[in-house]
Amino acid sequence: MARLAVLGAGAVGRSVIDLASEYGHTVTAVADSRGAAVDPDGVDSRDVLDRKASDGTVGDVDPETVLSAEYDVLVEATPTTLGDAEPGFTHARRALVDDRHVVLANKGPVAERYGELRELETESAGSVRFEATVGGAIPALSTLEDLGAGHVTAVRGVLNGTANFILTRMAAEGLDYEHVLAEAQDLGVAEADPSFDVEGTDAALKCVIVANVLGGEFSLADADVSGIEGIPGSALELAAEDGRTVRLIGEATRESVRVGPRLVPENGTLAVTGTRNIVQIETTHAGRLNISGRGAGGPETASAVLADVGRLTR
Amino acid sequence: MSDVEAGSGRAYTIRLELADEPGELLNALRPIAEAGGNLLSIYHERGNLTPRGRIPVEVDVECAPGRFDGVVEALREAGVNVVQAGEERYGEEVTVVLVGHLIDTDLSDTLKRFEECASASVVDVSLSAPQGTDDVSSARLRLAAEAERVSSALATVREIATEKELLVIEPQLDGGA
Repeated sequence: MARLAVLGAGAVGRSVIDLASEYGHTVTAVADSRGAAVDPDGVDSRDVLDRKASDGTVGDVDPETVLSAEYDVLVEATPTTLGDAEPGFTHARRALVDDRHVVLANKGPVAERYGELRELETESAGSVRFEATVGGAIPALSTLEDLGAGHVTAVRGVLNGTANFILTRMAAEGLDYEHVLAEAQDLGVAEADPSFDVEGTDAALKCVIVANVLGGEFSLADADVSGIEGIPGSALELAAEDGRTVRLIGEATRESVRVGPRLVPENGTLAVTGTRNIVQIETTHAGRLNISGRGAGGPETASAVLADVGRLTR
Repeated sequence: MSDVEAGSGRAYTIRLELADEPGELLNALRPIAEAGGNLLSIYHERGNLTPRGRIPVEVDVECAPGRFDGVVEALREAGVNVVQAGEERYGEEVTVVLVGHLIDTDLSDTLKRFEECASASVVDVSLSAPQGTDDVSSARLRLAAEAERVSSALATVREIATEKELLVIEPQLDGGA
């Protein structure tokens, strides 16, 4: 069992707080952008979540105090930021300097400043894990770890549920992009500003992380990315006439990261439907592995976070 | 002997250019058969003239490996312009979808440049322009290329498409099935 400090109280952070005790852990500190709750004996998760729902923040304490609280594992679940990946990177650094473990749900530090983060880790008694950053509930990175990065030649897949939902609906209903996007926003599948998902940025960050794990040194700027906004219904119709459909496919190797709309067989492995994700791993000795599942969502992603916590504290 | 050879035949692709005149195609096919080649398929790209105003023709032939040179020689002796001859020259076919102002950016020029620069053959084109030709339209192209040249052909397609501000939906070559 471990003491967790949770930074960020969005869908993932809240689910971590909610599920921690079920996994045998105690949340000793929790912060969002406005406030924090700290208790060395464990905060009352019900109180914290109720407070977040009613007041919009988890507590009155200065959020900075969380980093000096008593904890074993820092769960960094603040929103992903690009470029300098702040404040997530500083949070992770502080924990490592203090010889604590870090589990990231925030993609920024591992996509944009992977080398620096790994360097900090070598000087720390703590370790960094980030299963939740790629493919939500899908155990993509731990599978890579088990296989050994040296035995993996490429990783590809559908890594953004929002884009996949839009493409699936466009093909199934013969609707155009704007129409389906509006529907996705109504359903809460797409955000009010969907650019991060539909422009391919989110999928690219995941692929950059995978490429880094494979041994490359990439950041988002190194990725060749195109999204799905410009795709008209007519393109999906032409694809369907030929037994194909379009999916936003991300592909990572040690040499390159590419994300873009691709033609895939309509009933092929990569043509997962709706918000489902798939990760396909090419190995040197074990053939091709396919793992599909839920690529986003609070409890789904929290389960990946808590799996990492378990690996660090076993 | 010849039966054994026919049984162990291999597939070859011969690319010809013919003048647009009656009897030219037959004139080109006869020497193939006479030299021991078994015709598998003929693709006569009518309406897709080469820069010199000739019609490209692609012929798939099966014959014993030792006889292929004789087939090509027979064609040349008959005065046929053989552009390329080799084993499974276009071994791979890939499909791409192009999206954008395809008509305004001169689709036939786009296709011609694919063939010239990408060393690929445009086998088939389907155009969908539901909003009329002034708006964004889509085209599905089937390209044939040598197996080892598929990715370089696709890179050329990307390059030309970028220049013309077209979106390319590439085939997922690995892992798709």
